[in-house]
Amino acid sequence: MSAAPTSTTAALPTSEQHGIKAHSDGRFGFVPVQTRNDRFKSVDVADFAPVTGREAVWKLSPVAKFTDLTAGELDGAPYDVASTPTDGVAIDWVGRDDARIGSVGAPEERAAANAWTSFEKALVITITGEEDKEITVTRAQLGTGPRGAHAIIEARPFSRATIILENTGDARITENLEIIVGESAHLTVVSLQEWNTGAVHLANHFASVGRDAYLKHVVVSLGGSIVRVNPSVRLAGPGSDTDLFGLYFADAGQHLEQQVYVHHDAANSRSRVTYKGALQGTGARTVWIGDVLIGRNAPGTDSYEQNRNLVLTEGTRADSIPNLEIETGDIKGAGHASATGRFDDEQLFYLQSRGITEDEARRLVVRGFLSEIVQHIGSKPLEDRLQAAIEAELRSTDEVRAPAPTEEN
Amino acid sequence: MSVLEIKDLHVSVETDQGTKQILKGVNLTINEGEIHAIMGPNGSGKSTLAYTIAGHPKYHADSGSILLDGEEVLTMTVDQRARAGLFLAMQYPVEIPGVTVTNFLRTAKTAIDGEAPAIRSWIKDVRQSMTNLRMDKSFAERNVNEGFSGGEKKRNEILQLELLKPKFAILDETDSGLDVDALKIVSEGVNRAKANTGLGILLITHYTRILRYIEPDFVHVFVNGRIAEQGGPELADRLEDEGYDRFLVDSNVG
Repeated sequence: MSAAPTSTTAALPTSEQHGIKAHSDGRFGFVPVQTRNDRFKSVDVADFAPVTGREAVWKLSPVAKFTDLTAGELDGAPYDVASTPTDGVAIDWVGRDDARIGSVGAPEERAAANAWTSFEKALVITITGEEDKEITVTRAQLGTGPRGAHAIIEARPFSRATIILENTGDARITENLEIIVGESAHLTVVSLQEWNTGAVHLANHFASVGRDAYLKHVVVSLGGSIVRVNPSVRLAGPGSDTDLFGLYFADAGQHLEQQVYVHHDAANSRSRVTYKGALQGTGARTVWIGDVLIGRNAPGTDSYEQNRNLVLTEGTRADSIPNLEIETGDIKGAGHASATGRFDDEQLFYLQSRGITEDEARRLVVRGFLSEIVQHIGSKPLEDRLQAAIEAELRSTDEVRAPAPTEEN
Repeated sequence: MSVLEIKDLHVSVETDQGTKQILKGVNLTINEGEIHAIMGPNGSGKSTLAYTIAGHPKYHADSGSILLDGEEVLTMTVDQRARAGLFLAMQYPVEIPGVTVTNFLRTAKTAIDGEAPAIRSWIKDVRQSMTNLRMDKSFAERNVNEGFSGGEKKRNEILQLELLKPKFAILDETDSGLDVDALKIVSEGVNRAKANTGLGILLITHYTRILRYIEPDFVHVFVNGRIAEQGGPELADRLEDEGYDRFLVDSNVG
């Protein structure tokens, strides 16, 4: 099974086949994108038409609420970042001519391209050294004016680190982050969104994982008005490995979105995508789109993606769309799962029948549901902090939730 | 001395075909320290009685009452009933993902007692009870009932019975699906709980098998939503020989 049989190759669609190439009459020149990897890319905002909200990448987003980020002029100047000096981690601002910029990915939509066109300098976090280390890089003073930004995390070959990108305060920002995971490097990147109410954050993360390297990527979105963090990971080297985790908790009026894309582009690569979210309050909205592409040159791929949503109150909406595209039959496994549901009444009854109050039983169930993600982060202080943040969200559930009907019997 | 009294209890349940009356006037008094076995054919309403006492929202008490030491149980919420001293060991305990047995037990104990248990003696009690029920230490860190076998789930129920120390326990078909070794272990746990706390027990079962290990003081035969006959342990022996056929002649329960 190491080489695809000729007959299989011959059966695959060819460009001559009807419907794949443009019709010769010229009237129907539009050809839909045939594979996830063929989407239009450009670093120049002028190459993208104004956003209408009908585009595939925008159709589930409230685009009217951030036209300043997709169509307006952005402040691309460097901003304040805070971190504790750590051996083996260098943080610098570099010019647009730095060779690493653009080496991993390019925008597929207008907000990302607007950021790319606008940034003056890129923030670069460079990791060296084989010992484990952890660093938190905090942005807390982005202000309320529209910004565009660019950042790079480079884990040199054989290096190991956990990078926590902490986001608090006000913000209206669109940005791109390129993550380079060198050969045999072991990198954890946690993007933590604890913005103030009203913040808008549009981010695209592009990662490339080298030979025998590992990337753990975690998106935690709790605060902000509109938060859209879209990670794309290309498993570029043989034996590359990635775990993508997501944890989100949408309150009334909050829009939390993540479009995840994993591209298996080398042999024996492995990916796991696990996103879990809770929704409470009128207008709480979450979007998860999970695309996995197993390329022709990725035999031996092992892939699984799943999304779970727990609906805590009326008036919420969760979109969950897994897509799996497989170009080679020679794989170990590929699967996907998605489920969105409300509380299981039998679970509540069981807990209450042991004396636990209804409110506490709900908290236990939600905490249990989300802790699967928290437990995988791998940083004990951060795990404890997130458990506390989830507790705080849950306490507000009690205020949001309509009073339970009194029992009639 | 505690007493649980069920008086002329009528219970219905909503089904797709409309409201269905299941309990049709149940009268039963259980004193502290007594073991009552309720036996009956499938569909006679035994489990409905168990869930109604525990307060499952699916079951509606249309009339009658359940009194625990004179207090009306039917107006209490599910958790209030548990804190008042009632316990239901379920036939099909549910899984609670992400919640460990340790965390669950401590939370439940704190809720029942109104204060957190003293850590050192609590850990000792939990370990001792788990050892008695031949539960491996690793159970403590597993999520509640997740991936447990049928027998492990039942042992976990009895573990809770031993640790939460209710005044009255309802055991709903605790014997179902257990092999003879597991049945003995679970029965020992129930007998130990009774010896330690002197609780009253309502033992619901389809078969007489468990009555070899847990000896009832009273046996009630449940047919078509009410008690058709009652007696001492000898009634169980008779059922063992004759089955439920003679009770079913005049009823519409198949």
